[in-house]
Amino acid sequence: MNAAWNAVIGLEVHCQLATASKLFCACRNAFGEPPNTLVCPLCTGQPGALPVLNREALELGLRAALALGCEVAARSKFDRKHYFYCDLPKGYQISQYDQPLCSGGGLTLATGKRVRLKRIHLEEDAGKAIHDRGQVTLVDLNRAGVPLIECVSEPDISTPAEAHEYLSALKEILQFAGVSECDMEKGSLRCDVNVSVHRAGTPLGTKVELKNLNSFAHVVAALEYEIRRQIEAYESGEPSRAPVQETRLFDVQRGETRTMRAKEDAHDYRYFPDPDLPPFHVTREHLERARAHLPELPAARRKRYTDTLGLCEYDAGVMTSSRALADYFEATLRFSSSAKDVANWLGNEVLALFKDPSSGVRAVDELTFKPFDLAQLIELADSGKTNRAGARTILRAMCSTPKAPRELLRDLGLEQIEDTAQLERWCREVLAGSERIVAEVRGGNEKALGALIGPVMKLSGGKAKPQAVRDLLGRLIAERGSAG
Amino acid sequence: MSARAALATALDRIERYDEDIGALLEVDAAGAAARAAELDRSESHGALHGMPFVVKANMCIEGRIASCGSRMLEGYRAPYTASAVQRLIDEGAVPIGIANMDEFAFGSSGENSSFGSTRNPWDLSRAPGGSSSGSAAAVAARMVPFALGSDTGGSVRQPAALCGVTGYKPTYGVVSRHGLIAFGSSLDAVGVLATSAADVERVLAVISGADERDATSALRAPFEPAPARTDLRGLRVGLPREYFPADLDGRVRQPLEQALDDLRRLGAELVELDLPTTRHAIAAYYVVATAEASSNLARYDGVRYGARIAGDGSLQGMFAATRGAAFGAEALRRILLGTYVLSSGYYDAWYLRALKVRRAILRDFQAAFERVDVLAAPTSPTPAFRLGEKLSDPLAMYLCDVLTVPTSLAGLPAISVPCGCAAEDGVELPVGLQLIGPAFEDARVLSVARCYQAATEHHRRLPPLVAGGVA
Repeated sequence: MNAAWNAVIGLEVHCQLATASKLFCACRNAFGEPPNTLVCPLCTGQPGALPVLNREALELGLRAALALGCEVAARSKFDRKHYFYCDLPKGYQISQYDQPLCSGGGLTLATGKRVRLKRIHLEEDAGKAIHDRGQVTLVDLNRAGVPLIECVSEPDISTPAEAHEYLSALKEILQFAGVSECDMEKGSLRCDVNVSVHRAGTPLGTKVELKNLNSFAHVVAALEYEIRRQIEAYESGEPSRAPVQETRLFDVQRGETRTMRAKEDAHDYRYFPDPDLPPFHVTREHLERARAHLPELPAARRKRYTDTLGLCEYDAGVMTSSRALADYFEATLRFSSSAKDVANWLGNEVLALFKDPSSGVRAVDELTFKPFDLAQLIELADSGKTNRAGARTILRAMCSTPKAPRELLRDLGLEQIEDTAQLERWCREVLAGSERIVAEVRGGNEKALGALIGPVMKLSGGKAKPQAVRDLLGRLIAERGSAG
Repeated sequence: MSARAALATALDRIERYDEDIGALLEVDAAGAAARAAELDRSESHGALHGMPFVVKANMCIEGRIASCGSRMLEGYRAPYTASAVQRLIDEGAVPIGIANMDEFAFGSSGENSSFGSTRNPWDLSRAPGGSSSGSAAAVAARMVPFALGSDTGGSVRQPAALCGVTGYKPTYGVVSRHGLIAFGSSLDAVGVLATSAADVERVLAVISGADERDATSALRAPFEPAPARTDLRGLRVGLPREYFPADLDGRVRQPLEQALDDLRRLGAELVELDLPTTRHAIAAYYVVATAEASSNLARYDGVRYGARIAGDGSLQGMFAATRGAAFGAEALRRILLGTYVLSSGYYDAWYLRALKVRRAILRDFQAAFERVDVLAAPTSPTPAFRLGEKLSDPLAMYLCDVLTVPTSLAGLPAISVPCGCAAEDGVELPVGLQLIGPAFEDARVLSVARCYQAATEHHRRLPPLVAGGVA
């Protein structure tokens, strides 16, 4: 029976804009500073302070609108949304109610399904209330007034997996466009979900809002739970269990949602146009500037990487997993002839560095070496000046010293051994102690030869060229055979 | 005159009169003395060199009281200085005190101050008008040559009329609101109280002009006074019939008719006309102004500054207890009214309709200004009333603003100039003539007032209390 149920899902995504300063004052927009150090009379709600729109925030909002194919309103205005809370310094949030920055637009999922956007509007963030410090509640207003865009989707999403894909795609686009860092851990991307279920061909069910979704995985888990809960409630046939219009909180520990606020407790926000901020007109110049600063978006880049650079779909996907990586990839390409090699090195070796805490680098923007250096390293490996293991060692060293790959190759003594006499001595040494394997090889099992390469490499301190060792071993075994 | 001498005169008069009048909440004699000495030492003198002034308690001066006449902000000191005040300081004027006011500028008598009523220097048993009560009384008693006030629906003009001084509300946007603690943001204007239109012009020239810290400030050059005019020939003065009702208080009508005669004698042509939307203005004003006030006063929640009362210990309980106890009755009344008109289900019927009326009022004025250059009217329906007389009747108090709110809704420049006195119970009570101009014709309004004052003496008359002590 469950197959007959459809879920109807809409997402509201808040993204902090990557501006230098806050939406309506000159305070720095930054994360992780000591509490209440990025504040001024305006963002602490001092009497008499007035908001003035940050043009950069408007431009980033427009860039988001263009990246998502939205229709930008020629005239837009700010409204006040009222509620009382300790992290809301003015007793109202400056937001946009009935004349948002833009409407329409959307994005396409891998299946070809289109998820439409209802609107995107600009608003200011609230501060942060910290409740876990004993009797008192502490308030940090560094975040108060940070610019946000709220992207509201149409209820076009049908499954938790689609919700996940939509969020990933939205995040990717906004990151590439330089609109937002979209880092959920830093709170620069936050997501609320609206979900209802109904049987196909019947009226829509009652909509429930889900909050406290701190990762994409939570969004998926909360949706899975909530869809199941709603279906079971309807199927139970008990009117008392029927879903009601309410806001539910996702309990991460239990993997459940529970009632936070019923409809009758919903705020009357008393929206009205903010008299401190005259309506603003988006001019052609505004739009053109935003368009000029809109970089090539990930889907377009992926297509170019496969079609003109010859990368496989997988590598193209990895190279466009972040704007920083894609930009680094393209910068490295300027010094390297093989897109495939660069993608291989970045996708395997460099990304592995980020996962290894001992490397000291966690992200592309923390890399101390330049794309030119990486290209040089790839060149050393490709030309056989060092083997893969040696190149990997050099890459690690490049993270902590400013030396060029060539210098490191020499300093670390990682040049491949070209001296055949020396190689031959190591090979003979290994062959002498491996009569059984030699016999196997001689018996026609070519693969057994592989077991001999490792010990030779070990004797060489990793400096021998594996192919040369293999060739030499083969020759020596053959010689022995004919001699014996 | 040296800054120190001007300051000494001001402090002396404050010492002598303010105990009776109660115009000022705080006097910064030491700070002002230091500033005056510094100014006198400096080689270059600003446009207002050494002029002492006081500021209504809803304008910020760093480190000074900015209580808005409210318990809610008792002890609150501004962390920064308002643009208008800063411009005055930069031109050599010396802030010496903070003036009393109706709580958050809600009132027309000065009696709504949490810190006691200011008294009218002409008769200490009467109200000075409001809400810029202390600013008007301080100028009337000649404690200072000028004061800053704020005018949302008449709060500069009405107390100016009742105290016999010149009070000016500029076109909305001509003076930055940055640092003016908001009441009704779309109506609030920083205004000037002085003893003549000429002094208003000197001050306005300093405080006006675009300010990047106020998005509603007009992108215009600072005000420049119009050349002096010796008469008013060629000037068409409109007399809106709605401002001269048949039952207009005789104490106001008589001096006003004299003033109209004076204007005519100066060469002005007087034209009667209609502003039919006038009768809707009070209703529309009290919807728009309270809606904005309810929003602007939402920040007083006990969290960051000002009063805090714990209540039941919960956050919402603290908000409720703080706001319930620290706001006065009139503030609570306006917050409730404003909250109501913005509530879902009522917004269209109240707030949106009031905005429509507001636009109609503006159109009325615009039509009138196609026929005339300025409008003339009384400023207040009555001269100063007795303290306590209207306190228990909010509606009667609201009607004090009936002649000033239409111009506020339309954002127009308007001045009140003394035009004589009405005698009552053996005391003289000043009456104000209001002159209103089209938007951004501030110079026209002020030049007409200046011409009128050059030909008359009313603005020079002193309250009996201070007449002997002021040369």
